[in-house]
Amino acid sequence: MKQIFDARRNHAETQQKTGYVPRKNATQADYDRIGFMSGLEVHQQLKTKEKLFCHCPAGIFQKADDFDAELIRHMRPTLSELGEYDGTALMEFRTRKNIIYRIKNETACTYDVDDTPPFLLNREALSHSIDLSLLSKMRVVGEVHITRKQYLDGSIPTGFQRTAIIGIEGEIQLKNKKVRLIQLSLEEDSCREVSDIGHTRIYRTDRLGMPLIETVTYPEFKNPDEVKEGADYIRFLNRSTGKVRRGVGSTRADVNVSCKGGTRVEIKGVAHNSWMPELTHNEAYRQWALLAIRDLLLKSVKDQANWKIFAREAKAKDFKLENFGVPKNPTLKVFLVNLPGFHGILSHFTQPGKMFADDFSDRLKVIACIEKPNMVHSEMFEDVVGEKAWTKVQSLLGSKENDAQLIFWGPDDDIKTALETIEERCRLAFTGVPNETRKSFEDGTTIFERVLPGADRMYPDTDSAPIPLEDDEIDEAMKRLPKLVSERVAQLIGWNVPEDTHSYLLANNLVSLLEKVQVELKVPARFTSVLLAHTLKHLEGQYPSLPDFSYEKIYELLHFLVNRKIDPVIAKAMLFHLYQHPKMDFDSILITLNFKEVTRENILAKVPYLVKKYKEIRTSHDDSAGLRWVMGNLSKQATGNMSLSELSREISFK
Amino acid sequence: MTEDIFQGYKGRSLAVLQKFNARVWAKVRVDSSRGVFEGTILPRAENTDDKHLVLKIFTGYNIGVDIQGITGITELGYKKAIYKIPEKEFPYSKDKPNVKLLGTGGTIASRLDYRTGAVIPAFSPGELYGAVPELADICNLTTEKLFAVFSENMGPDQYKKLAIAIGNEIEKGIDGIIIGHGTDTLHYTSAALTFMVQNSPVPIVLVGSQRSSDRPSSDAALNLMHAATAAAHGDIAEVMVCMFGPTSDEYGFLHKGTRVRKMHSSYRSTFRTIGDTPIATVSRQGVVPIKQDYQRRRTDRKVTILPYYEEKVTMIYYYTNMQPDVIDALVDAGYKGIIIIGTGLGHVNKPIYPAIERAIAKGVAIYMTVQTLWGYVHMFVYDTGRDLMAKGIIPAENMLPETAFIKLSWALGQTSDLAKVKEIMLTPINSEITPREPYNGYLIYQGGVPEVEEFIRKFHK
Repeated sequence: MKQIFDARRNHAETQQKTGYVPRKNATQADYDRIGFMSGLEVHQQLKTKEKLFCHCPAGIFQKADDFDAELIRHMRPTLSELGEYDGTALMEFRTRKNIIYRIKNETACTYDVDDTPPFLLNREALSHSIDLSLLSKMRVVGEVHITRKQYLDGSIPTGFQRTAIIGIEGEIQLKNKKVRLIQLSLEEDSCREVSDIGHTRIYRTDRLGMPLIETVTYPEFKNPDEVKEGADYIRFLNRSTGKVRRGVGSTRADVNVSCKGGTRVEIKGVAHNSWMPELTHNEAYRQWALLAIRDLLLKSVKDQANWKIFAREAKAKDFKLENFGVPKNPTLKVFLVNLPGFHGILSHFTQPGKMFADDFSDRLKVIACIEKPNMVHSEMFEDVVGEKAWTKVQSLLGSKENDAQLIFWGPDDDIKTALETIEERCRLAFTGVPNETRKSFEDGTTIFERVLPGADRMYPDTDSAPIPLEDDEIDEAMKRLPKLVSERVAQLIGWNVPEDTHSYLLANNLVSLLEKVQVELKVPARFTSVLLAHTLKHLEGQYPSLPDFSYEKIYELLHFLVNRKIDPVIAKAMLFHLYQHPKMDFDSILITLNFKEVTRENILAKVPYLVKKYKEIRTSHDDSAGLRWVMGNLSKQATGNMSLSELSREISFK
Repeated sequence: MTEDIFQGYKGRSLAVLQKFNARVWAKVRVDSSRGVFEGTILPRAENTDDKHLVLKIFTGYNIGVDIQGITGITELGYKKAIYKIPEKEFPYSKDKPNVKLLGTGGTIASRLDYRTGAVIPAFSPGELYGAVPELADICNLTTEKLFAVFSENMGPDQYKKLAIAIGNEIEKGIDGIIIGHGTDTLHYTSAALTFMVQNSPVPIVLVGSQRSSDRPSSDAALNLMHAATAAAHGDIAEVMVCMFGPTSDEYGFLHKGTRVRKMHSSYRSTFRTIGDTPIATVSRQGVVPIKQDYQRRRTDRKVTILPYYEEKVTMIYYYTNMQPDVIDALVDAGYKGIIIIGTGLGHVNKPIYPAIERAIAKGVAIYMTVQTLWGYVHMFVYDTGRDLMAKGIIPAENMLPETAFIKLSWALGQTSDLAKVKEIMLTPINSEITPREPYNGYLIYQGGVPEVEEFIRKFHK
């Protein structure tokens, strides 16, 4: 009856009405208008030999199918201290997941799977986390209390994470502002997910229990770029101690975002800081769009308190599910659902390329465990159902003009939860932005992941005694602290080090190396910075890293050159060989490069001859071409023996 | 009684609280040499030092503040937490069996007070229903808290009270009984009840949990569901222990009360039947017998309650170079029965022979069990064994040491005629002595062997 409705057009129009601005055009005024607010929770694994509460080695990883045993657990919600069940808890319970843990003897013990109580807290990790708290200008607690924080998704076999506050109330100095920190906690890492299909979620337990810290900021970032700046700063700070892990998955941030009138939504496990601006931008606008949807529903649904979906089962054969991309499965039930007053809402803009109805599909997958594709609806961009069929659906459901419809399918056991999930999501739209955690994608969009846990999921760990932190211990830590990242940045600026190298130098904790080279070897920091952040970085991208190569090699190389009175410029060429053959001695590298020691005088003596020669063969009167020609003839010989800029000054065609 | 406003604080930390007039549950600002800390003052747990103040900060975490550096405490507010377990009325339906849960204490039915870390028992049917609503699909549950003691404090008084209470419930027509119990001494109680409650027409199921029920991964709920299933619907009318089969949340075992033992200090699957197979597995789908020779459920109410117990019975675990004075001291202290847990087939060394002779002469009943747990006492094989028997030590066959200890206490509680005691001891009531050991009654596979590893990889542990 109303297939003249153009979902694409509605999506574009609602995007415009919402006031969406693409990030490249967005200004601070746009962010102020929607009340952009963001805070960070940065997780950083610590470099320790063992895990946090047991003696398993930390940092050894397995492939997904490499395991010695599996065991199965179910998570039950437990009551909060106020006698309420936590929202996430209920959701996870409804999902009725069989959680399977894959254990490899090498990396997990009976503690990891909650069959042995915790051993004493890893002191090495505690000491690292004290350093990091002090560097974050925090107040270090007098006594560490180990707390249980409930997680019911199964990512930790106990159902809770052991975590402890080490410091509170700190700050970081960004370019233009200070951002306050709420706290720094020391906690155990969770399992890595292998798969999550239907009612079975599989985890491996290698990463489980590794020590990590979580640095939490106040929500004081006012635009997406500040979020990234803050995340970078915290990453650099963590790395400046040399006591944290590097590599894939060792740093993960949760980003909290809200807009004016929205609520805190947590974007989980953002692996790359460079994704943050787009993610936070889109999330703030997604919330803004949900508020617009709320306002529309206020008009289209009068009696929201008594609003209900209407659903009825349909014959599967009437809707060829194969046409919707579903594998043939005769046991699947098909349901038609009418959503009164939701016409025009399903295709409402939420994120670039996404619409409101996408949330149903995501929730059906996560909460009701129905694999995608799991539904079609009346406002899809490509109508796979067809006008005729929709007309039939609408008449079967007794739909009115202002209603929207969806068709979903799934196993019989999951239908009840699926219907509840659909109705619940609709009802949440009446109030605006649901409390949830969302999973991020590289394109800057997010999908529903879980209901956001409430505050009441923390309680003391009765298996562990509090650990006092004496003043002596703090004083000792103060003495070994590296310089603050903000001081390091000031140093780089003072040495006139190019700005495009800063990020690499800070991320790899190399400023102290620059300083040492400049002070001890008199090689300018500016030169070394380019050698590291351009030449070495390029090599790192091109060739695999070898265990024998370390940054210390760079110092040794420059030390060798300075001692031999060879111009450090040749280091750039040498590094190419050194990086790939870290055990090669420097003399051999010089031989490989055909380097011969020639005095400055001998090189300069060749200049007049070459100038003369150029004048004989030249085809243009441009002396700069001549300079290049002469330099080209001499530079290989000169490199290492004298400064090339000095050489070029000595070449004259006058 | 005036309320303790400094709950758990003592010595120096108490002095600081008093000095600044700060009380527990007050929201405060604490000025200290390490900076300002804000939060709610929490009660201090017992057995902790007097150097710290515990605060719950706004993020929900707890921290300790060193009292030494505290220069001031300002009260900003006050809110006392009152922890209450929500109750929901346990639904009754005519077509479901009636089950009684008798409580003794222990973690099966407890909840943590999140703020203080103290354990609060959750026990009434309403509370249990609130926590494990699935119970209502299995049976009509009523509860009675007989006492609240930790597992290690269970003893003769509790065994007798339990036996009598069980007798009363059976007479009143109950369909099954569950006993909630701490796990440490669960197998002592299960042995005691096997002897004290004989010929029961209904299942008597002892259950505990290895992980307290405040933990999302607790085994308490599933154990309770399994126990309820066995008590309400199972056909096995014996005293049984119901605990996890594998450590996975898959199925439970029903063990005979006399042949079961806690074999790991912390595993969920800690209870094992020794020298035999468990009687059955149990899941929420029902009881599946492994053995066929069990006592069937009956409709009559004929049960025999024999609540006897002699407290002057002890166990000694033999060790190399044990001296006779150990046994002499026990005899002088008036002990009437001794279970020796001997090496190998049931041996002790010669130097204690005189002490044994002296004890026997004084009328002490001495029975031999084995440290190996599996296998029979066999005292004819070596001279030492024959010597010991000649001196009057009676081999207790393949009775488990704890079971033999409970049984001897129970036997001596009925008679001091040692011949009668011997008759009681060696006449099995429910498989505490078995005539044969099946080949699969002893299975401790060792890891590392390829076929064992393959098995472990294939089946959930």
